[in-house]
Amino acid sequence: MKAKVHVTLKTGVLDPQGKAIGHALASLGFQGVNDVRQGKYIELEIAETDRAKAEAAVRQMCERLLANTVIENYAIELVG
Amino acid sequence: MKSAVIVFPGSNRETDVADAIERASGHRPIMVWHRDSELPDVDLIVLPGGFSYGDYLRTGAIAARAPIMQEVVRRADRGTAVLGICNGFQILCESGLLPGILLRNASLKFVCRYVGLKVETSQSLFTHRYQAGEVLSVPVAHGDGNYFADPATLDRLESEGRVAFRYCSMQGDLTPEANPNGSARNIAGIFNPTKNVLGLMPHPENATDELLGSISGKALFDGLVDSLA
Repeated sequence: MKAKVHVTLKTGVLDPQGKAIGHALASLGFQGVNDVRQGKYIELEIAETDRAKAEAAVRQMCERLLANTVIENYAIELVG
Repeated sequence: MKSAVIVFPGSNRETDVADAIERASGHRPIMVWHRDSELPDVDLIVLPGGFSYGDYLRTGAIAARAPIMQEVVRRADRGTAVLGICNGFQILCESGLLPGILLRNASLKFVCRYVGLKVETSQSLFTHRYQAGEVLSVPVAHGDGNYFADPATLDRLESEGRVAFRYCSMQGDLTPEANPNGSARNIAGIFNPTKNVLGLMPHPENATDELLGSISGKALFDGLVDSLA
């Protein structure tokens, strides 16, 4: 099955890249974008077929490598 | 003083730091490849600057999970001195040996210049050849040096005397202008609780010879030789 992982910056963590994107959007003439936060999207193809086991495994992967929980949150979605 | 420099794919300051250590100690460090899981018996382990694994995922994130790092963490826990410079500091944070993380510079620009660096404490095996409050001139060269930790962690670092260096003006003032990357409380380097692990963004190894423009970093390596020889 496929695991979709979204890694996002926690509230309060400065995101200079998001700010730069916001400025670029404004210079293109897009109005009304109040804030931009940039994150990461990671897709994993996993052999495990049991959903609970798959989710537990991906959670471990997030805690140990995919996200740094000092600054980032993660969300897991299993498909298939 | 016996020392080892850990080399990752993408490290690029390993020779500079090896030269600085050899000049101070008279002994060439052993270079250890990241895939090795055994470390020789050494007094000092260095994680050098560079761009290990191309900074993929997060700076230092992949290197922190390399096989050799388990042994580095074990040695650090047993009291071996560990010095992480620039990318090495990022790896120490990602490995959990030091708290916090280095984010993208607030300016979004790579900064490569000399900075003022205030020695916060002389009470460590790394900094005992300096005076607390002394201002050094040391180069930085990084895109991700913006030190971040939650306020409680920052307070704990300060109350436990674990801030090693802060960015400052050459007059010693901790101003925002003197902060090259937006680091919290101008922090440039920190210790672990037992102060045998130091991580810092500036490059003391590149300030050890008059030819390079500064010898401010020399006392760090000379001090390590005093402590560990």
